[in-house]
Amino acid sequence: MNKQEFLEELREELMGLPQDEIEERLDFYSEMIEDRMEEGLSEEVAVAEIGIPAEIAAQIIEDIPLTRFVVEKVKPKRKLKVWEIVLLVLGSPIWVPLLLAAIVIALAIYLVGWALIAALWAVEAALAVSAVALAAVGFYSLFHANVPGGILAFGAGAACAGVAIFLFFGCREATRGILILTKKIIYSIKTRLMGKENS
Amino acid sequence: MDSQLKRGLLDVCVLAAIRDEDSYGYKIIKDVKPYIKLSESTLYTILKRLEAAGMLTVWSAEHGGRLRKYYRITDAGRLRIEEFKNEWKEVMSIYQFVIREGEDNE
Repeated sequence: MNKQEFLEELREELMGLPQDEIEERLDFYSEMIEDRMEEGLSEEVAVAEIGIPAEIAAQIIEDIPLTRFVVEKVKPKRKLKVWEIVLLVLGSPIWVPLLLAAIVIALAIYLVGWALIAALWAVEAALAVSAVALAAVGFYSLFHANVPGGILAFGAGAACAGVAIFLFFGCREATRGILILTKKIIYSIKTRLMGKENS
Repeated sequence: MDSQLKRGLLDVCVLAAIRDEDSYGYKIIKDVKPYIKLSESTLYTILKRLEAAGMLTVWSAEHGGRLRKYYRITDAGRLRIEEFKNEWKEVMSIYQFVIREGEDNE
C-alpha cells in the first residue's frame, strides 16, 4: 500500500467524525510516513510500519470520548428553518418523553446487568462470612465438649468455603465480561453515531 | 503493565523527549522506543492531552517542502517531570524494600 492509498483508506474508515478531526489525524499520519521515507525507508515499508487503517481507525474511535460523538450528532449541520424549529417545539411534548423513555429503558437494562453482578458478589461475601463464622462455631462447640456439633459446623464451614472459592472465579469472570460488553456497547454506539451501521 | 501506570509513564516519557529541545512526532517515537512501546495513535492522543493540559505547545515549520509539527515543552511540563522524579524516589524506595524481601526468601 502506498501513502496515498493508506490515507484514503483511513479517511474512509473515519468518515462520520468531525471534519477537522479527520484532517488533523491524516496530517499526523502523513507526516509520520514522510519522516520514515526521509530516513531511507521505501514508501511501502514506511506505510506498513504505521499499521492497518481499519485497526488504527478502531483505536482512534475508542480514544475519542462518547460525549464528543453525541454532541457532533446533535449539532445541526445547517441552520434550521423557522418552520422546523416551530415543529420541534410543538412536537416536544411527544418526542422529548419518548426519547427520555428510550434512554431510561436502555439504561435500566444495562443496570440490571450490574445488579446481577452485585448479587453474585453479595452471595460470594455471604458464603465467605458463613465459612469463617461456622469455623468459629466449630471451635466453640469443640471446646464445650459438643464434638458432633463441632464437626458438623466445621463440615458446613468447609462446604461454604469450597463454594465461595469456586464462585469467586465465576464472579470475577462475570465482572470482566460485563466490562468488555460495556466497551463493545460504547464502541457500537460511536460507530452508529458515525453512520457506520454495519461495522 | 497496568494501563493506568503506563499512561502516566508515557506522558512523562514524551515530555522528557522534548525537554532538551523541540522535537517532532517521528523523532519522539524513535527516542522513546528503547524504553517503552509507543504507537502513532497513542502518541497522537498523548500529545493532544499534554497540549490541552498546557504542558506543551505546538508550532509548524517548513521541512523539505512540507509542514512538520514541532512540540515545545512549557514550564508546566517541566514541573510535571520534576513531580514525576519525586514520586518515583518514593516508588524506588518501596521497590528496594520489595526486592529485599524477595532475597530473604531464597
